[in-house]
Amino acid sequence: MNAGSPTHGRRLFACLLFTIIAAIALWVPLYNRVEPSLFGVPFFYWFQTVWILVAAAATALAYRLGV
Amino acid sequence: MRTDVTVVFLVFFLLVTVLGFIAARWRQGDLDRLDEWGLAGRRFGTIVTWFLLGGDLYTAYTFIAVPALVFGAGAIGFFAVPYTLLAFPIAFLVFPRLWSVSHRHGYITAADFVSGRFGSRSLALAVAITGILATMPYIALQLVGIEVVIAAMGFTASGLAGDLPLIIAFVILAAYTYNSGLRAPALIALVKDVLIYITVIAAVIVIPLHLGGYAAIFHSIPQTRLLLAPSLPNNLGASSAYATLALGSALALFLYPHAVTGLLSARSRDVIRRNMALLPAYSIALAMIAALGFMAVAANVAAKPAYAAYFARYGPNFAVPALFLDQFPGWFVGVAFAAIAIGALVPAAIMSIAAANLFTRNIYRDLFHRSLSGAAEATAAKRVSLVIKLGALAFILLLPSQYAIELQLLGGVWIIQTLPAILIGVFTPWFRGRALTLGWLTGMAAGTAMVASLQFKSSTYPLHLGGLIVPGYAALYSVILNLIVAAAATLVMNALGVTRAPDETSPEDYR
Repeated sequence: MNAGSPTHGRRLFACLLFTIIAAIALWVPLYNRVEPSLFGVPFFYWFQTVWILVAAAATALAYRLGV
Repeated sequence: MRTDVTVVFLVFFLLVTVLGFIAARWRQGDLDRLDEWGLAGRRFGTIVTWFLLGGDLYTAYTFIAVPALVFGAGAIGFFAVPYTLLAFPIAFLVFPRLWSVSHRHGYITAADFVSGRFGSRSLALAVAITGILATMPYIALQLVGIEVVIAAMGFTASGLAGDLPLIIAFVILAAYTYNSGLRAPALIALVKDVLIYITVIAAVIVIPLHLGGYAAIFHSIPQTRLLLAPSLPNNLGASSAYATLALGSALALFLYPHAVTGLLSARSRDVIRRNMALLPAYSIALAMIAALGFMAVAANVAAKPAYAAYFARYGPNFAVPALFLDQFPGWFVGVAFAAIAIGALVPAAIMSIAAANLFTRNIYRDLFHRSLSGAAEATAAKRVSLVIKLGALAFILLLPSQYAIELQLLGGVWIIQTLPAILIGVFTPWFRGRALTLGWLTGMAAGTAMVASLQFKSSTYPLHLGGLIVPGYAALYSVILNLIVAAAATLVMNALGVTRAPDETSPEDYR
């Protein structure tokens, strides 16, 4: 994988995507709240559960891109 | 004794016992070879690997301990969700490379890789010892999972009669692991995961119906437990603890020998890449399992006299069994308890195989018996797997289970010290072997000291940065120190012009 090759660019993109997702998952003040709640489930709980799907989608995308 | 629960439980237990022995003939190979016994011939495809890793990483102890933490302490227990969420993208980037290089050079353990990459016997030994030390209490904890459900079925006799069900379960486990190797837990994992998913889906639908819906469940949780305590001006409190626990655990997860064994048994690197996008299905289940802790609070199981004796003995770990007994009909409790007990057997088998591979390859062979190979190597590993399981059994029967919990806590802090050699090692040979060993030693000492300063009750260390207190996972703090020492020692060795040990791998091996 040489620098400048298409794979290198895609790899960089995937790493950037993962970093953003991880930063949000670790930024506790962002989601440490009750509202907006969903069907009575506090934001803290449903947001992190939805975030699993976002991380999985990003990993699937990286797989598709051949990273 | 609850007859209905016990009968259903025994039917499933019998089924997996038969499967465990039949497994030897599944995708048959020469079980006198270590890569056949200990890695199932590296032949597992996407679906089997999915079940195997799911069964391996989401252990019975997870199903008991995560909701127990939510039940007892509230929001902090939910850190398991960001933890598993982060683990898969990290593994996606790292482990296809480890698979490729291991496939090319015939590595069976992470210590094999480290030995080849850095040409350092002491570093390989350090990685092997760390792996075994971190795994032993983990196996013992799986037994706690079985112990709790056996007691919940009404087997509460004391002394040998009370321990007998656990001993029988473990002897059976030891026998089919010896006989079939990694194929046994792989086949059994299919049954386990189907049972787990059925139980979880039933639980998240049926129990809220009984308790008046999710809004009512969350409404019954005291405000102080529903969210993490907000940070203070001079103390980040629960927020930094939550984030560092998630990140540190995610970095440590795939360094555990049983995870490496599961990954290396895959047929191709593509199987691993695909699985990292598919395994989060288990994380969704885990989020639901964590919510069981709140359901147990809402159902007020701790206050019911029928469970008082169990809570006195097992503490919050009894929350989930009590919830099931309280909410499900007897036969379905049998299904759920079978799921938990079988959920303990799968990882216990893989962990003992992984630890046996490490001991045989990287301690016994490297230190005492350089010419060990072929059938003798496989036989040695099989015997070691028996010894490891007996050791774990003795541990649980003879010592308070609190020791296993505390040691497992330390295990996480220890295993992450292999991160620079393995996780970074697959990307660059820049670090020197000896420098990594020095970093490892520093990290082990610092991490252990941090947990010891908390009387082994917690791994959240209050780090003082100027006037600010940042409580965080000791594993993360100590591995940062480890990296700094390893980098500094490497720079010193480079400056002194010390000759590098040869790297037997080449960049193409990792693709």
